[in-house]
Amino acid sequence: MTLARRIIPCLDVDAGRVVKGVEFEGLRDMGDPADLAARYNREGADELVVLDISASNQGRGTFLDTIRRVAEQLNIPLTAGGGIRTMEEGRAVLLAGADKVTVNTAAVRRPELISELSQQFGAQAVVLSLDVKRTNGSWEAYVRGGREATGRDAADWAAEAVNRGAGEILLTSIDRDGTRSGFDCEVTAKIAQTVTVPVIASGGASRFDDFLAVFTAGCADAALAASIFHLDTHSIAELKRFLAAHGVPVRRMENSKTVSRVRSESR
Amino acid sequence: MKIAVIDYGAGNLPSVERALGGLGADVERATQPEQVKAAHAIVLPGVGHFGAFVAGLRERNLTEPLRDAGKSGVPILGICLGLQAMFSSSEEAPEEYGLGFFSEKVTALPTNVKSPHIGWNQLRRVRESRLLCGVPADGYFYFAHSFAAPGSAAPTVAACDHGVSFAAVIEQENLFGVQFHPEKSGETGVLVLQNFMESLS
Repeated sequence: MTLARRIIPCLDVDAGRVVKGVEFEGLRDMGDPADLAARYNREGADELVVLDISASNQGRGTFLDTIRRVAEQLNIPLTAGGGIRTMEEGRAVLLAGADKVTVNTAAVRRPELISELSQQFGAQAVVLSLDVKRTNGSWEAYVRGGREATGRDAADWAAEAVNRGAGEILLTSIDRDGTRSGFDCEVTAKIAQTVTVPVIASGGASRFDDFLAVFTAGCADAALAASIFHLDTHSIAELKRFLAAHGVPVRRMENSKTVSRVRSESR
Repeated sequence: MKIAVIDYGAGNLPSVERALGGLGADVERATQPEQVKAAHAIVLPGVGHFGAFVAGLRERNLTEPLRDAGKSGVPILGICLGLQAMFSSSEEAPEEYGLGFFSEKVTALPTNVKSPHIGWNQLRRVRESRLLCGVPADGYFYFAHSFAAPGSAAPTVAACDHGVSFAAVIEQENLFGVQFHPEKSGETGVLVLQNFMESLS
């Protein structure tokens, strides 16, 4: 009996569509969020993350609608966030059907936001989204989509957020994000060993070996990726088969297939 | 068969309602004592803080009707915090009382493991279970909690280990509870809810 390492596809959503940032090109449309959610639910994703990357405030209503449409497709957990500034915005995301809400920039500005959300909804519903960049052999927390340095040491901020009631850390390496050069196992291991809550590694996933590395050397509890799943270059089932063959405990859809067989035979 | 899903003001109910509705249940969201008294079966979902949960039930005058329903044989399924509330009390809010169907106390998970216990885990069967009928021995369920009832608790039919053995599935006559979220546990979770519904007929 072991807690499975989780594989989490991420949907970056702008104006109700899943998008992917492409260098020199802007955003490329990757499809309908509900369609992708249904597909990942079917293919064995352990959880889904939906992030609002729209820059404008008008996007908020659309985003809540997206959460509702996505939640209807899932029987796995849903995490949602992006630009959450207040307790009320966090509540709206959870009431729309998300099980957990991520906070980032606003929590750095006003850390009490984490405490408030945690007291109201429980630590299991509050995820600190932590974007980090390596500076002089250490890692610094960044906000505003990686554009603004906070001057705060990433591990210190992670520890404070957990003390305030964050139940998970979604750790993104800005250095690796979009580079396809693998997760930053060093910072993942450092944060995972600093805090007492699960750490979701993000940024840089490209090959199956990257996932194996972040679950072993990186001590990650979960790994998140976006485009490699959207583009069909990797199937979640194949990735899990690879990880299982290398001794990483994962939840396999084969278990559910056994269920279906048992169910139909018992009829 | 009408199933009352207890709304105490802070739970994420749509996913539970959707899962039960998808299995053909006639689901009613219950906020009033009369609805609890009239229910053929009750689902008690819960997330968040034990103190807020039992206070929410008390403020809505749902505590006594729930205790009466449990004692008079109405099937009740507690989910996550809902399972914990079926016990006498919790370390999370020592000044509060649970529904008290079971005498054991809910305690914090140990500090030598990551807490909250978040993610997919497997079960260790302790004895024959109605809820787990047809569920493969290696099936995974989604957990998200920092407190738990002891694995040695009298009604435990399946335990899970996370630093300590805790009650993952409890059953005693008309009382059922799962520490995991069946509505978030894929096909294996659907099967558990289906088994609960089949136990009603």
